[in-house]
Amino acid sequence: MHLSTSIWVWVAAFFTLAIFSFLYKDNPFYKFAESVFVGSSAAFAFLNLWFFDVKPKLWDPIASGNILAVIVPLILSILMLTRFIPQIKWLSRWAIAFAVGMGAGLGIVGMLNGYLVPQLKGTFLPLWVSGDLATTVNNWFLVFGTVFTITYFYFSKPIKGKFGAAAKVGIVFIMVAFGASFGYTIMARVSLLIGRIYFLLHSWLGLI
Amino acid sequence: MNIFESMSKIDRRIIYLILFIVATVPFLFKVEIPMKPTSDVVEAYNFINSLPEGSAVIISADYDASSMPELQPMLTAILRQLFSRNMRVLVMSHWALGVPLAQKAVEEVAREYGKKYGVDYVVLGYRPGLQAVMVSMGKDIPKTFDNVDYKNRPLKDMPVMQGIKNYDDIGVIIGFEAGSVGDFWAQFANARYGARIILGSTAVVAPDLYPYKQAGQIIAVLGGLRAAADYENLVHHKGTATYGMTTQAFVHFLIIAFIILGNIGYIATQRKRRS
Repeated sequence: MHLSTSIWVWVAAFFTLAIFSFLYKDNPFYKFAESVFVGSSAAFAFLNLWFFDVKPKLWDPIASGNILAVIVPLILSILMLTRFIPQIKWLSRWAIAFAVGMGAGLGIVGMLNGYLVPQLKGTFLPLWVSGDLATTVNNWFLVFGTVFTITYFYFSKPIKGKFGAAAKVGIVFIMVAFGASFGYTIMARVSLLIGRIYFLLHSWLGLI
Repeated sequence: MNIFESMSKIDRRIIYLILFIVATVPFLFKVEIPMKPTSDVVEAYNFINSLPEGSAVIISADYDASSMPELQPMLTAILRQLFSRNMRVLVMSHWALGVPLAQKAVEEVAREYGKKYGVDYVVLGYRPGLQAVMVSMGKDIPKTFDNVDYKNRPLKDMPVMQGIKNYDDIGVIIGFEAGSVGDFWAQFANARYGARIILGSTAVVAPDLYPYKQAGQIIAVLGGLRAAADYENLVHHKGTATYGMTTQAFVHFLIIAFIILGNIGYIATQRKRRS
């Protein structure tokens, strides 16, 4: 056993144990750790916004006398702040319209060009691959899994009869996907626990 | 209360205590379970090996401290492969807190391989904007970062940046993802510019990324601690992921046991109630 001599390791160990203590029941140590986390996160978010967005993109150009380069974002920013003045808050809609328009433009292109079309292409698979039974079976699962799952989400027709049967097969595929996601989530959460236990045993207590 | 009812109502604190003990024991006794690398990890490893020596590789550390246990060992293992193959490494992030974590890893591994800042690797830093940053990098990578590194040193003076203009000059982008940034790498950098991408992710995110792999938009998905352990295995450098996977396996067995016990208890209780 070789206890850490670093004050910051002890601080980290204290907060780790304080958070873990909630597993027993709510207590002042947990409340303290939670409050410190919320406070430091808020402070970080503010500084992050200032040092990576407002200062380099707006404040620095203005301070160096290059106001023309940022005149449009400056006006839009001021318009956004008019939301706090009831008489002229309608002006903020222009800035919001700009943000929504830009977001939609990027989003639509990204979704169509980068998601929908390539994913559709990804399902155009041969249902018979000569000499490769595993790929053939995989392709069947993928193609029919996609069709049945989409069937389940088709709401313009009552889900009954043959159509209902296909939708039920779709549910099976959805459940398998949920199961896989749940398994991965357990793995992720256990990994976080492992990370903390390794920290306590290795960096703090020096047992391993 | 009979035994079946007790099984379905185990106090959660007892479950946590058992979980903690089971997670600790493999570390204390250095138990190790042999593993065979998964096909995705092998694909990623082989792809990086197939790149010519000296190729430029972008490392995008899109995670923060809460995802370190999974992604930091993965990043460290991949950096070992990159530096052993004399690749040029460009570190960036779409998460502000990813920069110091990636910087820590790259400096540690660079020291091991005698690599120098500005010559073999550079930290470009963080830029807000996500999709806009990715699109801008497709046109001009140095300009996207205002032609400076994270400490405002000019990129044009650095040998590591010579000949790098846009994604065409990048061998592969390797994203380490704790959120949705991986989707955007595929949707923008790949779909629009044809960039080659490998995505390492936390286990929670991995299922969302597999469709991109299946559609051929990315080369491989490295999912969670398992992929990190596999990569450590491939670069012959065991680390926290390898030892962590043994614990992972023990805990998985425990959780499966609890699920079975809970369900037996639930079914038995239901039957008793019906009768």
